Formats: sequence, C-alpha cells, structure tokens
Amino acid sequence: MLPAWVYVITAAIASNSYSLNKLYPTAADRAQLAASGGHNPALVFLYGRLWGDSLGAVSAWRYGVWAAIFAALMSIFLVIRHTRADEEAGRLELVGSAAVGRLAALTASLLVALAANVVLAVLLVVVLVVLGLPVAGSVAFALAITTCGLAFAAIAALAAQLAAGARAARGIAIGVLGAAYLLRAVGDASGAGGVSWLTWLSPLGWTEMLRPYTEDRWWVLALPLALTAAATAGAYVLVTLRDHGAGLLPDRPGSATASVWLRSSFGLAWRLQRGTLYGWAAGFAFTFAASGAAAKGIGSLLGGSSQLRNAFTRLGGQAGITDAYLAAIMSLAGLAAAAYATSAVLRLRAEETGGQAEPLLATAIGRTRWGLSHIAVAVVGTAVLLAVAGVAAGLGYGLRTGSAGPEVARLLGAGMAQLPASLAVAGVAVVLFGLLPRASVAGAWTVVGVLVLIALFGQVLQLSQPILDVSPFTHVPKLPGAAVTAGPLLWLSLAVLALVATGLAALRRRDISP
Amino acid sequence: MTNAIEVRALRKTFGRATALDGLDLAVRSGEVHAFLGPNGAGKTTTIRILLGLLRKDGGEASLLGGDPWRDATTLHTRLAYVPGDVTLWPGLTGGEIIDLLGSLRGSRSGLDPKRRQDLIERFALDPAKKARAYSKGNRQKVALIAALASDAELLILDEPTAGLDPLMEAVFRECVDDERQHGRTVLLSSHILAEAEALADRVTIIRDGRTAETGTLAEMRHLTRTTVDAELAGPVVLDGLPGVHAAEVRGRHLHCEVDPAALNDVLTRLTAAGVVALTCRPPTLEELFLRHYSSERAGPGATR
Repeated sequence: MLPAWVYVITAAIASNSYSLNKLYPTAADRAQLAASGGHNPALVFLYGRLWGDSLGAVSAWRYGVWAAIFAALMSIFLVIRHTRADEEAGRLELVGSAAVGRLAALTASLLVALAANVVLAVLLVVVLVVLGLPVAGSVAFALAITTCGLAFAAIAALAAQLAAGARAARGIAIGVLGAAYLLRAVGDASGAGGVSWLTWLSPLGWTEMLRPYTEDRWWVLALPLALTAAATAGAYVLVTLRDHGAGLLPDRPGSATASVWLRSSFGLAWRLQRGTLYGWAAGFAFTFAASGAAAKGIGSLLGGSSQLRNAFTRLGGQAGITDAYLAAIMSLAGLAAAAYATSAVLRLRAEETGGQAEPLLATAIGRTRWGLSHIAVAVVGTAVLLAVAGVAAGLGYGLRTGSAGPEVARLLGAGMAQLPASLAVAGVAVVLFGLLPRASVAGAWTVVGVLVLIALFGQVLQLSQPILDVSPFTHVPKLPGAAVTAGPLLWLSLAVLALVATGLAALRRRDISP
Repeated sequence: MTNAIEVRALRKTFGRATALDGLDLAVRSGEVHAFLGPNGAGKTTTIRILLGLLRKDGGEASLLGGDPWRDATTLHTRLAYVPGDVTLWPGLTGGEIIDLLGSLRGSRSGLDPKRRQDLIERFALDPAKKARAYSKGNRQKVALIAALASDAELLILDEPTAGLDPLMEAVFRECVDDERQHGRTVLLSSHILAEAEALADRVTIIRDGRTAETGTLAEMRHLTRTTVDAELAGPVVLDGLPGVHAAEVRGRHLHCEVDPAALNDVLTRLTAAGVVALTCRPPTLEELFLRHYSSERAGPGATR
C-alpha cells in the first residue's frame, strides 16, 4: 500500500505541474489565472491563497494543500495499522511476548512513517526539478507537504493511545485533519479583514504559509516539526500509562439485546456499513458544495486557456462553459460514488475472509440473501451520495447566483443520471466476488483505477473512442446542459442487473472459504 | 434409530492438497458424538461440507435427511453451529449478536428470552460489551449461548471449549448434558480428549482425512489394552504369555500392558505371586490417540 500512496501523490503533483505548464504556457496566461482564480472565494476556500503567478506558485496553490492531505492520510493509515489495528487483532501480543519492549511498535511505526515521508519528499523534489521548477522552491514545496505528513503521523500515534479500536483511532486522527482543513479554508476565504489568522492554527495552513516558489519562508517549517515532536512525546507518555489492549477513552457499552432492525441480514449489512456511508456523505456534501460554489466565475478563470476551454467543452457537452464545468464535476461525483459502491460490495469479501460470513451462512440465510443484503446497501448508499452531490452542488452554485431552487433540481437530476454507470462498476465487483473471490479486491479496484484514468486523462490525451467507450461514464448524458437520452441509462441499468445476477449465481456455486 | 448425519467416502481436495480422503461418519439422532483428530486432520473441512459452505468432491453426505449443499437454507433452520475460531463484528455487542444469530436461524420469535438470560448468567457474559472488547473465551461464549439458546435439533460445535477457562468448561459440559436430556443431537469436534471422554456417547477418530476408528468408548476399549501396575510379594514371570506387552519389572514392581483376552491369565499369575497393591485402568483417549498417531509414524497400516 505504501508505494501506492507515494506514487499517487508524486504522480498527481507531477501531472498537475506538467499540465499547468501546457495549459498556461505564458506568464500572461498565468497572470490572468491568478487574477481570476486567486479572487474566486470558492477556489480560495478549496485550495488556499495564491501568492504569485510563476508556474511553481500556481502548482503549489493548486495542489499543495491537497497533497498535504494525502500525505497526512498516508501517515495516519500507516501508523494506526501498525499500532492500534495490530493490537486490536492480537498480533502485537505475540510480538510483545517476544523480547520486544512496549514502545517498540510505536517507535517502529513512526520510523516507517518518517521513512515514507522522506522518500516522498525526495521523489517530489526530483520530479519538480526535472519539470524545470526552481530547486529551492521545490525543496520548500516538498517539505511543506511531507512535514504535514509527519505531523499527522504523530497525531495518529497519539490517537492510537486514546481509542481502544483502530476504527475509532483512525476517526480521531482524520477528524483532526478535517478540522485542520476547515480552519485554513475559513481563514483563507475570510479575506484580509476577517479571521485570516485561523489559517495559522492549521497544519494544512502552514503548507501555504511557507509560500513555496515565492518567498520560501523556511522558518514556517518549525511549526509542523514542533507539533510532530509534541504529539510524539505525548504518545510515548500515554503508551506507558495504559494497559495493553486498552485505550484511555472508555469503550461505551452498547445494547444488551438486538433491536428489531438488526434482526435480519439487511439490518446487519446496514448496521455494518452505515458509519462508512455517513462519512462519505459528509465528504460529498462538503466537496460538491464547494465545487458548485466555484462554478460562478468559472468562465473568466478558464478564459486564459483556450486549450482548457476546449477540454472542458469536450468533457462537458456543448452548452455554456458553466454547464460544462458542472457536468464535469457531476461526472466526477459518479466516479467517486462508483468507488464507494465498490467498497460497499467488497465488504462481502471482507466478511468472508474475516470469518464472520461462516456463522451467518450456517443460519437460514441463503447465499443470495446474504449477497443481496450488502448489494442493497451499496445501491442505496450510491443513490444517497449522488443525491447529496447534486443537492450540494446545486446549493453551492444556486445560492451564489440567487437561483437555488432550479439549480438544485437541475443538478439533482444530473447526479441521479450517474447512478446506473456507478452501479455498473459495482456490478463488476459483484461478478469478480462470485467468480474470482481471491482476485476480487485487487480486480475491482483496478477497474476503478482504470476508469479514473480514462475520466481524468482520456480527453486530454485524446484517446480513441473505443477506449473511452469502455467506461460506463462515457455513455451517461452530459448533464446539466445536454439533452437527456434514456437509452444509455436503460441499457446500463439492464447491465447492472445482469452483472449482479451473474455474480450471485457464481456465488451459489462456489466454496465459502475464510 | 435414524442417523442425523451420514457421511460415506467423503472426498475434498484444495488444489493439490487432499483434505478428506474417503471419510466416514455416522451420528445417530439424540446422541453426543465426538469427532476427534489432531489439527489439520479434516474435522473443520467435514463440518464446512455438512454446513453447505464447501462443495464435496466425492462421496456422500446427508444431514437430517437432506442434502447439505442443495437444501442448505432449509436444513439450517434445524441446526445451530459454533465455529472453531469465532470472529464477531467488532462494533456489535455480544447480546446483539446472540439475538441476531438466533433470529437469522429462522425461529420467528427469536430465542427463548428466559433460556437466553439463564445461559448468559451461567456463562457469566457481559452482553452489553462491544465484541472488540471480548477475549477469545468471551467470543466463544457468545457463539455458544447463541447456539444453546436456540431450539435447533442438531448442534454442530467445532472445538467449542478452546479459549474457555476450566470453570466455564465445566459449565459447558453441564449444558451439553442438558441437551442430551432434551434429546438433541450434538456433533462435537475436538482435539481435547478428556472432553470427549466426559461427554460423548460415541466417538469417531480421524487422521489425514480418513476415519481411523469409530464406536462407543466401551467398544474401543475392547480393542485396546489395559494398563496394569502391581506391587508384588514375590517374583513373577510373565514371559511367554501371549497378549502381554511392554512388561517391565523393577524389583517387586511390575508395569505392563495387557490385551483383554490375556487379562485373566495375568491376574492368576499375579495372585500366585502375592499382590500387595494393584492398579488396573482403562486406557485414556490420549493413549488411544498416541497409538493411532505413533503407529502412523511407524508406518502405514501397522495396527489396522
């Protein structure tokens, strides 16, 4: 997993700088981008403040905060997996019974996180310098991202001491990350007279405040490093204060009896998956509200780049550029919802390998019912997410243009139009789970990965139509803007039914093996 | 007497590895049947086939008169299962899981609340705790209570006491005895021999996916030797007596293993020499086991 994280972050930064250079080749182009993008409050809220119009400054603005978020997530997952998750699963007990001290797991996981962030920093510097950006700025940019990663590794180590469960520990650390994002977003968007000091309270804000490629304020690096040191020290103090397997926060007792809702396979599937869905829904609401709000003024933002304008009209249909932009973000919503649907379907495989499926299937629950219970959650969850995306984008755009009602209706329709395509991706996961259970997790995520590549780069690279046709999202009408055609939605829906039926038929015929 | 479980020449392979190689098993209705074998002998694979989780590659298997693969869901309304390695959903409480499994088993009303409460008290389980906080023994208790509180006619228990402390093991034995009184059939897989000895009406011993021996403990002792330890007044000569094995004389102390047919002759010679102290004991299941698996190491078919 670790190489994948490092690769994705490096590749995202590299491709972003590369395409910015292609799309805004001259200083005048970039000056116009800076003038419009740097003053679009929604974009400032999403990405942060823009400090200059050099290629480096624009790159750092567009991807700095988000790369730092990914570096933080990488560190959080890494540290929790090797501390609290191992402890919860009982693996650490085995290791701990050998001649290994009680601080060993904590130290080892923090060292791995340090190594991962160092490797990431080196790769980023190399890639950015190869792309022709100044060396000093590139080092500052890479360090701004990776010191944020380090700080969240330490925060995760602290969270792992507080909660008794890996899920809860991850939740605490990601909650801190979310708060850090909101602090800097509000601080940045409030403007000079407002509460812009809030940005200084956020580790993600520090990545902007370093101002790579413009001022390279190196002293700002002291902030994430100090936070790392403090959180690490806290984790080491707490680990010696607590029992093995226990957390410092009490585990709340639950109900001693099952409610009526829980007494069916569907109730169980919902109970197991609802927390994840709430998290996705919150993320969708936030992201698409901000993206929708950014739609106002998108025309002037793209004005500098005729290439980008062309790309957007190709990607989004023939109507006005705003509609094309909104259609493009709804298409991304469909893709993200497909990723959710895939993870919801793959819960079946996790239940099988985890051994929880065995006692369930030894009851009167047949395999079809068991499979359908989680597929139903995937279908409902995907529909909810797309509705949230549509409503949020509609509110975000509509409230700024004073036409919230019609925009919400339009974009809700556009979101729901993605449903068959998103579910078709989940249908492939069902087939893989039925036919090739061992390869299903890797296979299903590969499918999602290929579709992301087609969606993000298919138009820019001008791939041939047969390749684009592989993606179900190619066939979805480009809403809002384009005419609604029921044909593709209908046959995509039929494809979903056929895929699910095939997968379930295969599931009935194979061995269940943990 | 009908058989609750009837398995003949059952075969199952995983890739190149053969898990079951012609296994036979017959469990009569209303009996507690111990299914014994060392780890990796094929106990869990057999149970998974009986539950319709795995598909057999050959042979016959019938469960409560039905086909375990084809009729899985209808048969499952009549049985309760406790897996060997109980993994629970970490975010659900023990009480919720007990109710959930009970409801899914098909009994409309769920579990009998009185019985459920009684079992929770006997096993001293805190049902309001989240499953992630349970120890292995407590996870085992959750699955056991869910099975024992049901009204299923067949209980399939795969190594049910692994992880239970001796006190809870005693409670478990009481519970299985109760089930026997109520006429329920129990298939109990185990590698803990004392458990089978204390609980089982009949025993099937398997090794390497094949049935080594099956029968009541009395029948199996019939096939085996009695261990004799004696303190004697005078010297004794057992040489030349057929059916005496591993005879060892140290001073006045004699230790030997005797075939049932030779027991009378041996005792005659001992009384002739004058007995000061005498212990005769049936072989424990451990000794049966040792003989089966040590003979296998010595070479195939040595004692069969």
